[in-house]
Amino acid sequence: MSIDWNTYPCQDLYDELVAAPGQGRNAFAGLLDDLKDLGPDELVARQAAAEVAIKEMGITFTVYSEEGGAIDRAWPFDIIPRIIPKSEWDRVEAGLKQRVQALNLFIDDLYHDQRVIKEGVFPAEVLAKSVNFRPQCVGVNPPLGIWAHICGSDLVRDADGTIYVLEDNLRVPSGVSYMLENRLVTKRVFPELFEHYAPLPVDDYPSQLFDTLAALSPRPADYPQVAVLTPGIYNSAYFEHAYLAQQMGCELVEGRDLFVDKDDCVYMRTVDGAKRVDVIYRRVDDLFLDPEAFRADSTLGVPGLMRAWTAGTVALANAPGAGVADDKVVYAFVPEIIKFYLDAEAILPNVPTYRCMDAPSLAYTLEHMERLVVKPANESGGYGMLVGPASTAAERAQFARLIQQDPRNYISQPALKLSTVPTIVGRNLEPRHVDLRPFILSADRQQVTMGGLTRVALRKGSLVVNSSQGGGSKDTWIVPD
Amino acid sequence: MLSRVAENIYWLGRHVERAENAARVVAVNANLLLDLPRGIAPGWAPLVYISGANAQFEADYPDYGEASVVHFLLGDTKNTGSILSALAAAREGCRTIRDFVPREAWEVLNELYLYGRDELERGMTKGGRHAYLKAIILGAQGINGLLSGTMIHDQGYEFLHLGRFLERADMTTRIVDVRSANLLPHTTTELQPFETIQWVSVLKSLSAYQAYRRSEQVRVQRERVLRFLFQHRDFPRAVRHCIEVTRQSLEKLPRNEAALRVSGRLRRNLEAAEPWRLDQQQLHTYVDELQLAIADLHTEIAKTWFPPPLVLEAAA
Repeated sequence: MSIDWNTYPCQDLYDELVAAPGQGRNAFAGLLDDLKDLGPDELVARQAAAEVAIKEMGITFTVYSEEGGAIDRAWPFDIIPRIIPKSEWDRVEAGLKQRVQALNLFIDDLYHDQRVIKEGVFPAEVLAKSVNFRPQCVGVNPPLGIWAHICGSDLVRDADGTIYVLEDNLRVPSGVSYMLENRLVTKRVFPELFEHYAPLPVDDYPSQLFDTLAALSPRPADYPQVAVLTPGIYNSAYFEHAYLAQQMGCELVEGRDLFVDKDDCVYMRTVDGAKRVDVIYRRVDDLFLDPEAFRADSTLGVPGLMRAWTAGTVALANAPGAGVADDKVVYAFVPEIIKFYLDAEAILPNVPTYRCMDAPSLAYTLEHMERLVVKPANESGGYGMLVGPASTAAERAQFARLIQQDPRNYISQPALKLSTVPTIVGRNLEPRHVDLRPFILSADRQQVTMGGLTRVALRKGSLVVNSSQGGGSKDTWIVPD
Repeated sequence: MLSRVAENIYWLGRHVERAENAARVVAVNANLLLDLPRGIAPGWAPLVYISGANAQFEADYPDYGEASVVHFLLGDTKNTGSILSALAAAREGCRTIRDFVPREAWEVLNELYLYGRDELERGMTKGGRHAYLKAIILGAQGINGLLSGTMIHDQGYEFLHLGRFLERADMTTRIVDVRSANLLPHTTTELQPFETIQWVSVLKSLSAYQAYRRSEQVRVQRERVLRFLFQHRDFPRAVRHCIEVTRQSLEKLPRNEAALRVSGRLRRNLEAAEPWRLDQQQLHTYVDELQLAIADLHTEIAKTWFPPPLVLEAAA
């Protein structure tokens, strides 16, 4: 048996590598022949080699099992890369920078003058109902006026080839370590393809991240004391926290490693005594950051941290309260937000979105539920949403009730046909749906990862790419064309 | 180095040592029982006394029979001193400090834990016990060896040593205490040969028999064994040696004044004492005193270098 691209099913949707049966896409059409020449045996062998490498390298993510224990699972990875031509990526990168720049201006505005509301662009009642707006942050001036220093935006491509922004993650987006590790694995298993196509490197991310964080330091220094704050080993992204701390050469701390002294400065407890911390890359959610300011029962946070941050003695990335802009209802306003602050049209479009707070949109959503994806404002990881085409009548009825009870909390979007990438299934290559999460860093300058993390729904026909729900990932190649 | 990391490394040292010591105690008791006549054989109860967890044991087990005690010491996850608990705690702690622990040492620890868990059933049978305990002891020694041979000898290494040697000092005193005070309370001439067997067993449980013969060159007798186990400078499981090693580690750490003071007091106490002159009751009191002093040293180390304990909100 051999690989036959003529029978590869790619009608009615956009495959990232296959333009039409038997025909590769754009300048990298040759990759189809390369894979065919390798043949199924070799591909299966290389996939196995990748899995061994992942185990050896200890790349894991943590899932909570039903018995209450946490287990580390090897990271599911498919070796066939997803390729995006550099010329197309340049436009995406510009669009992401524009978007995050506008979102940062928006957040800063919400915590100060609220011009965007006064001038009628953004409804006050949406803000009033936001669960991620933090009154404790009103009037605070974080360094450089930036709130979302690390943003992970999810991109999807529809059947006609358009790339849309699906959502922005401005709180504690994860996945970047897998992007870096996927590249290392691919270099091991496809050295010849790698040399030939020469995808642009991704591995300067840790130093860019350090530069971004260092730029926020209240004390100017070449190497300010930066720490990564993790909730601990039971967090699903602990591997990433440890990985980034190690790659940046800074301490990985838990809440109890830190304390705020009478001088309102943050210190970490070391064997040599207290040591002042300048910048905290926190991977702990807002509400657990500081029991004095937020949830009093949090043992993950640091009492007094908000006091120190407000006083400007320590920088927090992302800033508390930045999550106000990653609510899915706020998302629906991003094109207007870009227009308002930057006086420009959005380079990257949103997925067409119906805000159920508007009566016509609500009516439309209720009528067309079987064709729509309905999402609550503040859930992530694919939880709590309704995928219309895959739903039962009972589920739709239940969601209709939920939406009517609290229309402001819901949006709906047409169910997109996510693009696919050939993926090894048994001894065949079959299309599987993908998305893409690039990471955008913002401080004194903006940087975007070269590509990002391509997540793939490994189950046939599935659109759910989350690793907690049967998703895997692929290496993403940005290739000069 | 973060205080929390230092604390985790310290407990890694303690837990690995604890697993090894538990294995030693069980192995030697099993051998001893084969040598003693039924009438005076002390059975398995003293092993629970060594661990100091009698109350907990009595709540969960019907009797001090072999099956109960061996299960308690090998595989009872409620008993923090059991081999399996100690290995699980060592492994869990090690997960948070993977950056500081050489990969091979982590792998050996991980394998040892998995072995301890998966082979437990066999380890509790009379036939499988010896191989199981030997594997635990060798595994723990393997971890120690890999750590001293591959881990960078910085502050973290000193904390590893502190944990290992405090645990060891504590365990040596416990073994001596229970063996000498509880096993054969009233020595009489007719039991003399068995007393020797008993002291040989004490030495063997600490892998000290050969060292004792070479160092003391006399037959095994109470006075000399006690002197050897409490005061020998160079035998690695003697209390004095353990305390000496911890002092050397303390000297390399910053802000060490208070801990050195406590350690110095402990050392003077050890050097001045003549435990072989004490009768069994007095010896027991002395050992209690030593254990308190060792606990004081732990407290001082924790106070100086470790993070303050988590204070959980009272559920009022």
